[in-house]
Amino acid sequence: MARKITYQQAIGEALAQEMERDETVILMGEDVAGGAGAPGDDDAWGGVLGVTKGLYGKFGDRVMDTPITESAFIGAAVGAATAGLRPVAELMFIDFMGVCFDQIFNQAAKFRYMFGGKAETPVVIRTMYGAGFRAAAQHSQCLYPVFTHIPGLKVVTPATPYDAKGLLIQSIRDNDPVIFCEHKALYTLEGDVPEEAYTIPFGEANVTREGDDVTIVTLGRMLHVAHEAADALAKEKISCEVVDLRTTSPIDTDTIIESVENTGRLVVLDEAHPRCSIATDVSAMVCQEAFSALKAPIRMVTAPHVPVPFATNLEDLYIPDAGQVQQAVRTVMGKD
Amino acid sequence: MQLSKDDLLKAYRMMKTIREFEERLHVEFATGEIPGFVHLYAGEEASATGFCMHLDERDKIASNHRGHGHSIGKGCDVHAMMAEIYGRGTGLCGGKGGSMHIADLSKGMMGANGIVGGGPPLICGAGLAAKKLKTKGVAIAFFGDGASNQGTTMESLNLASVWNLPCVFVCENNGYAEATSSKYSVSCDDAADRASAFNMPGVVVDGHDFFAVHEAAGEAINRAREGKGPTLIECKLNRYYGHFEGDAQTYRGKDEVKNLRATIDCLDQFRAKVTSASLLDDAELNAIDSDVAELIDDAVEKAKAAPMPAAAELLTDVYISY
Repeated sequence: MARKITYQQAIGEALAQEMERDETVILMGEDVAGGAGAPGDDDAWGGVLGVTKGLYGKFGDRVMDTPITESAFIGAAVGAATAGLRPVAELMFIDFMGVCFDQIFNQAAKFRYMFGGKAETPVVIRTMYGAGFRAAAQHSQCLYPVFTHIPGLKVVTPATPYDAKGLLIQSIRDNDPVIFCEHKALYTLEGDVPEEAYTIPFGEANVTREGDDVTIVTLGRMLHVAHEAADALAKEKISCEVVDLRTTSPIDTDTIIESVENTGRLVVLDEAHPRCSIATDVSAMVCQEAFSALKAPIRMVTAPHVPVPFATNLEDLYIPDAGQVQQAVRTVMGKD
Repeated sequence: MQLSKDDLLKAYRMMKTIREFEERLHVEFATGEIPGFVHLYAGEEASATGFCMHLDERDKIASNHRGHGHSIGKGCDVHAMMAEIYGRGTGLCGGKGGSMHIADLSKGMMGANGIVGGGPPLICGAGLAAKKLKTKGVAIAFFGDGASNQGTTMESLNLASVWNLPCVFVCENNGYAEATSSKYSVSCDDAADRASAFNMPGVVVDGHDFFAVHEAAGEAINRAREGKGPTLIECKLNRYYGHFEGDAQTYRGKDEVKNLRATIDCLDQFRAKVTSASLLDDAELNAIDSDVAELIDDAVEKAKAAPMPAAAELLTDVYISY
């Protein structure tokens, strides 16, 4: 039976079900309970936006507030993962990775290879990304391309409540380090989510809309922008196929190539900056593997190569919108 | 440390300006007109003022997410700050930064900061520059109890000590890092206890008492200016509002803020001290209150009426040349 819950509730439910199933799963992060040592409620916050609200009540000291010391607690989660626990560490904003990147890219990402295949580091780092909250340059970035660049990390970017739950459960059960990227503007999005636990495998993109003329490859919040554009373009008799990557590492090359071979045209839509990004990565992959199928040059629709601005009008201009996608599609169709 | 009548009037005006600025933002934020995250400094005014009263154009400060008080203390234009918080083109950063990124480098205000513990390393750099360039300037990092635990802060204390930098590290301990109590997150009784491990003086001061802060700040700043090295000062104080505007603060005790306002308010304490000692009278202080109220009214009115940044500004200011 279809049951609608939000993206945020789907994440909370996945955490609760996995903590119930496996007592080595622990949760740590800044204010994941919220209120430690304070005179009021012990679980006052449940994370800065309330995503983990209620878990402290259910699981007590398996939900650990941390000092604001990202290097220490992300490193501790990584270390604990090598020593028998299955930690889910919440790094509030993806921007804060800057404080603790060593523990992620020199430590967690490298153990498996550097130690000759002997290490297992089943850690999940949950983090919030994306623009739209008027949170300016240090709380709004889309940094998943940075993690995608690093061998040894898996990178997950769910776009819907259904995917958020299934991909998070997969992340927790996965034995490699996973960077689980949650778009903050999606938390209130509702969708059908089964009550029981389920997993969605990594590296399997989702064709969320079938079409014949143009392939739009996208991820995260931009999936919804792609659909908005595709709806509008359908009225112009342009048929778009939309591919949601779901994970950027591993990435589902086969689905992308297959789709482009069918449509012959590609628009890549990504909220991240344009350079060394998922958009360039997908474009290069298609050029290399399916160049002969292309009927027109690939177009990328991304944020510009600037930090995220604070002013509301500038931030609105910064975020890729359906109009830009429609224009890019018309361009590859030769209809601009 | 002697304060002239003019100094006292200046200090009161600074504290009152910060208070009114923040109280007004609290009201205006609730109307929904102010975008983004806003962290208010109300209740902590004696700290910024106690330090900034000693500073001049040679000196630099680095602030944090709760940065309006430090910005006003270091002389940032109140109108331009307000416009920045509203995200207007006339803002101090052209509307590109907002509340969390207010900066005026021409005033030695190196920026509020969205990253906890982002400021202390920068202040080592400002101290190093002052030392190498022989400006006699002092560099001050303001950070919270949360940041006091950060590796960047610990590393900066060590670096400032081994390089004997003209720096002052000011931990404004308001009892909560977001929703987590400093009693839980700070491993020692006082964050200032850590100073001894870095071979520098560690001082705890009542951050609600302007005079106590001013005296401790003066000693540390003079020490730094004379080339005798850094100091760590912990101001024990309280914030009157949440971590950010919109925070329901259910982690706080019942009537906690109400009691704080009634008993330890830094402006009330200041007024009581200076009037009972006949240094200033109520009429003089009330006149400042009126001035400040007018200033803030005008700043809000002008900010609301100011234009948004031009669309072309989205792509400017990324590089100096490219």
